[in-house]
Amino acid sequence: MANTSTTPPVRQHWAHQLLDWVDARFPLTPLWESQWGKYIAPKNMNFWYIFGSLSALVLALQIVTGIFLTMNYKPDALLAFASVEYIMREVPWGWLIRYMHSTGASAFFIVVYLHMFRGLLYGSYRKPRELTWIFGCLIFLSLMAEAFFGYQLPWGQMSFWGAQVIVNLFAAIPVIGPDLAIWIRGDYVIGDATLNRFFAFHVIAIPLVLIGLVVAHLMALHETGSNNPDGIEIKKQPKDPHTGLPLDGIYAHPYYSVKDVFGVAVFLLVFSIIMFFAPEMGGYFLEYNNFIPADPLKTPPHIAPVWYFTPYYSIQRATTTDLLYVLAAGVVVLVAFYWREIPRGLWRKLTLAVAAVLLVGFYFIEAKVWGVVLMGASVLFFFLMPWLDRAPVKSIRYKGPLYKTALAIFVVAFLVLGWLGTEAPTPAYTRLAQVGTLLYFGFFILMPWYSKADSHKPVPSRVTK
Amino acid sequence: MSQSTDATLAPGAAGAEAVDPERRRLLVATCIAGGAASGAVAWPFLASMQPSDRARALGAPVEADISALEPGQQMIVEWQGKPVWIVRRTKEMLATLTQDTAQLADPNSKRSEQPTAAQNEYRSLKPEYLVVVGICTHLGCSPTARFAPNDPSMGPNWPGGFLCPCHGSKFDLAGRVFANMPAPDNLPVPNYKYLSDTKLLIGDETKGA
Repeated sequence: MANTSTTPPVRQHWAHQLLDWVDARFPLTPLWESQWGKYIAPKNMNFWYIFGSLSALVLALQIVTGIFLTMNYKPDALLAFASVEYIMREVPWGWLIRYMHSTGASAFFIVVYLHMFRGLLYGSYRKPRELTWIFGCLIFLSLMAEAFFGYQLPWGQMSFWGAQVIVNLFAAIPVIGPDLAIWIRGDYVIGDATLNRFFAFHVIAIPLVLIGLVVAHLMALHETGSNNPDGIEIKKQPKDPHTGLPLDGIYAHPYYSVKDVFGVAVFLLVFSIIMFFAPEMGGYFLEYNNFIPADPLKTPPHIAPVWYFTPYYSIQRATTTDLLYVLAAGVVVLVAFYWREIPRGLWRKLTLAVAAVLLVGFYFIEAKVWGVVLMGASVLFFFLMPWLDRAPVKSIRYKGPLYKTALAIFVVAFLVLGWLGTEAPTPAYTRLAQVGTLLYFGFFILMPWYSKADSHKPVPSRVTK
Repeated sequence: MSQSTDATLAPGAAGAEAVDPERRRLLVATCIAGGAASGAVAWPFLASMQPSDRARALGAPVEADISALEPGQQMIVEWQGKPVWIVRRTKEMLATLTQDTAQLADPNSKRSEQPTAAQNEYRSLKPEYLVVVGICTHLGCSPTARFAPNDPSMGPNWPGGFLCPCHGSKFDLAGRVFANMPAPDNLPVPNYKYLSDTKLLIGDETKGA
């Protein structure tokens, strides 16, 4: 690299030369700068904004620990249970890797639920971030599938009977159900074929989908820019006359990098305490019955899904014939209530057709099918949030008492349903779960009304602190 | 192919924006053919998830020796990976079956699954022995025995029967489901026959290996 010219040579550091070499061939620097390095984020993002990066951290943790677990795990109905115990007792550090993975599963849902709650607080799903939200909902669905398949792998009693119940949900679908359930199981009962394919879904199929969705989620977010606790679009606010950048924005790096690193440190502290001292978390993270090998002839006296599925399990369980009468009445009332809002012509005909199908269906199709439908709907309603919310403001800071009350009721209903899902069903609990189910769906279905009827505070022109 | 080729290839050239209908038709035909081929290739993969020949062959009938079964006792045998219960019912247990059938969802087993020879009030070939598949017709859990009558945890006037731990469905001592339970139908009775007084053959000989 000798330079003989008269001007003093600007010798770049070898690392910069390497970067230039790469950038000439691959857009490494532009990619880093558009996605994080020069990404402008609102300056007022608060505590609730750490759960996105924490979810990414847990995803990485699950992938790494998962790879190492597959090195000793055997997806075979005769060997699976013992291979997990082998990992726990005989593989060097196997217990740590396995507890990281099992604690990571619950941690994943905790951070994702909090991340979603942040969206509900500050209206992160509103225009222009609808696709970011929908990609997020798809991530949530994939995560549920991933967790379900993963839970089968230790092949304990809860693995087996959990799979039995969930796969039988598909058998409830009229006409094609029974054949569909056999196709999913690959056998007439849950068995070796089922375990083997669930392993394939858990370690390769769903993770690939998850990673693709996470990339799409982040690309969509970095295209529109992040929302913030005020729900103000910083791109539409005054810009710095010198740089042309939004006055209310700061570079994600280093400002939010530092904040996220602090969040990661706190998270890992809590995570480590659970992993080392209470990996079973009193039977909530790892259920006691799953320490008994799968026995196709005997259902444990009390079965419940892992905590993160219990709200949905409660909704499914609450759907009895009595509830169908209430739902039928609810459909009629809702159509009458929203009738004036529905545009004339095709939309009204469509509404009547859907209502008629539901009413006939409630009468002729058994309750367990509707339990499955409601369980699916309870997740799918999240997808519709961008269009259900008609408030002129995004953030809860400027929303009125109606939305605040509705959100509070929704959170309580979600938690109560979750608790009921861990308990054995009694008539009183079933009633409570039915009330919870109605409140859960009421949050979504009544939102077009209450979000519009609510009183709203004026939104300031610039972000607050 | 035709002389318009050069015009469409050169950007900015006259006619570059024009659609060549012949090429467009070829493009559409290629997409349809390619799509159909991709769809057809999906079939082997989807079909590979069906039960294998080995799984299909495992439906063979099983024998059960009931000589050691005392009155009031239950035994479980495995058939096609499913629990099959054999309950030797006492006279008192049998008497409960005819008492109050109004509480049952399907007392005469009209929409439930059983061989015609067992479609009676006892749902069995011999009243004394009940043979049912112990899989709840709701979501497939295996109910547990609650034979003691008037069990306080089972609610008032409990005649004795079975309780599903998953969703709380209750069945009587003939595997008939009570009304307003999550389970829609009675427990299925498999095909079975007596090889001797103390030996049962469970499953259909005409099916499976």
